Amino acid sequence: MTNREKYDKVFMEIFSIEKTDLKDSLEYNSIMSWDSIGHMGLIAALEECFNISIDTDDVINFSSYKKGFEILAKYGVEL
Amino acid sequence: MTPFYHLESFLEETVLIYAPNELITYRDLIERSSDIEQNLEPRHVVFIFCQNSDSSLLGYLACLRKKSVAVLIPHQLDKTLLAGLLEAYKPSYLYFPSYRQDLNESGKELCKVGNYILLKTMYQTHYEVHPDIAILMTTSGSTGSPKLVKLSYLNLNENAKSISEYLNIKPNDRAISTMPMSYAYGLSIINSHLMVGASLVLTELSMVEHSFWEILKMCEVTNFGGVPYTYKLLKRLKFNKMNLPSIKYITQAGGKLGSELTREFVEVCNKKGVQFYTMYGQTEATARMSYLHPNFALAKVGSIGQAIPGGEFWLEDENRNKIRDPETIGELVYRGKNVCMGYTQRFEDLSQGDENGGVLRTGDFAKRSEDGFYEIMGRKNRFVKIYGHRINLDEVETIADQLGYECVCLGVDDVLKIYTTSKLKDQKIKGDLSRMMGIHHSAFEVIYIDSIPRSSSGKILYNKLNGITDSA
Repeated sequence: MTNREKYDKVFMEIFSIEKTDLKDSLEYNSIMSWDSIGHMGLIAALEECFNISIDTDDVINFSSYKKGFEILAKYGVEL
Repeated sequence: MTPFYHLESFLEETVLIYAPNELITYRDLIERSSDIEQNLEPRHVVFIFCQNSDSSLLGYLACLRKKSVAVLIPHQLDKTLLAGLLEAYKPSYLYFPSYRQDLNESGKELCKVGNYILLKTMYQTHYEVHPDIAILMTTSGSTGSPKLVKLSYLNLNENAKSISEYLNIKPNDRAISTMPMSYAYGLSIINSHLMVGASLVLTELSMVEHSFWEILKMCEVTNFGGVPYTYKLLKRLKFNKMNLPSIKYITQAGGKLGSELTREFVEVCNKKGVQFYTMYGQTEATARMSYLHPNFALAKVGSIGQAIPGGEFWLEDENRNKIRDPETIGELVYRGKNVCMGYTQRFEDLSQGDENGGVLRTGDFAKRSEDGFYEIMGRKNRFVKIYGHRINLDEVETIADQLGYECVCLGVDDVLKIYTTSKLKDQKIKGDLSRMMGIHHSAFEVIYIDSIPRSSSGKILYNKLNGITDSA
């Protein structure tokens, strides 16, 4: 699986959404399951998936599906 | 005692900041509240769909000042669950944020308050509401059970006063909202701050959002509260590394935090010069029954402390006899002026006055140390705390049944275990329940069983399920 495929899989599983929901407009609070609880679940799942430890600032700045690309790049994960 | 909603005491003081981006004085609140009050009739019931915003707060205050009876509901309460509440209480008014288009079709719009709408419903049922009843609160916001807690004017004011005293809340204190206004703990923070003319930062932002912390710093917030989940979150956000010079104290209630986490936070707070208060309470006691003074936070980790000013605790054995000896477990009983008047299931119950006489059987087991500190040891009834909210397991079973699933519910704090015989993809059950109840699906764990274990008399044998993880 490519990094992108792994990333997408995490989003789909954590938020119970379809591949078609993974668009630019997908951001924190834009869907019911991406509330503060869902957010922490997402972060934990991404950390486990890519074997990284995400900084607090990045946890707080991870506001959208798209923003995640930028953030994960900092940890050497190219999407 | 001057009621906390008698805003006239503080006039020019700032009461609200960032609601959003606006500085509102107590005088402003009075003016805006009277616009709403003009449209309300005393002793009529108002359903308020709460958010942490100025408009929402105004609705609540207007009801108190006009002596209308507010029912505080989470703004996102599912329409199907709401139907039961509407049928049971036939409120004269609904007060809700405009995004709830589904509520707009049921009456006549009386006025707009920011993004909120005050609506007169079509209900024509006239019924008596006892003069002491101030507001009605849900015991479990997300299951839409029509059972509500009746809180009196005395309850609200007594608890607000007591809390402001033991937390030493001053007019220059400023709380930021971290919990819903429809939740007893969240509401108590508002009431206790208004009581002394302090200020509030009301926001729907959560701690995982950058803006929450920006606003906290910009507004020089002095305190906030949180349930155990909040503190787990704060740990993950590395609270110990945060620079928050304005914070003077933080509080924790809504369930047991656990000794390890409590100790960690107390130590971090000590380093930062911040006071940490562990507290205990229930909606049935308005909010607060006890607190642990920060001076004892480290020495008495795990304790809920002692009764609040004006309150009293004791322990009773199975025969309801008072337990005299220390270190002996019994049911925790509380007496105080903040104990609710009782429950109500339907509007007919609202004519009833106080049924409790100021005494509350908490439903929790506890013990008392030699030097008078209480510790909660366990729960009596069928409920768990999910992210701070009390969820009645029997009610969850009812909702699942209505959705067409046969299941039995068990759980521990933050984990709801659904044992089901329905052979469907577990995402479907989780998704349905999560949507209905407004609880994040990560709190649900679905376990498949072949059949529900029952006794010969048909009673569900819950303890037989505890060991089962899955029967594929």
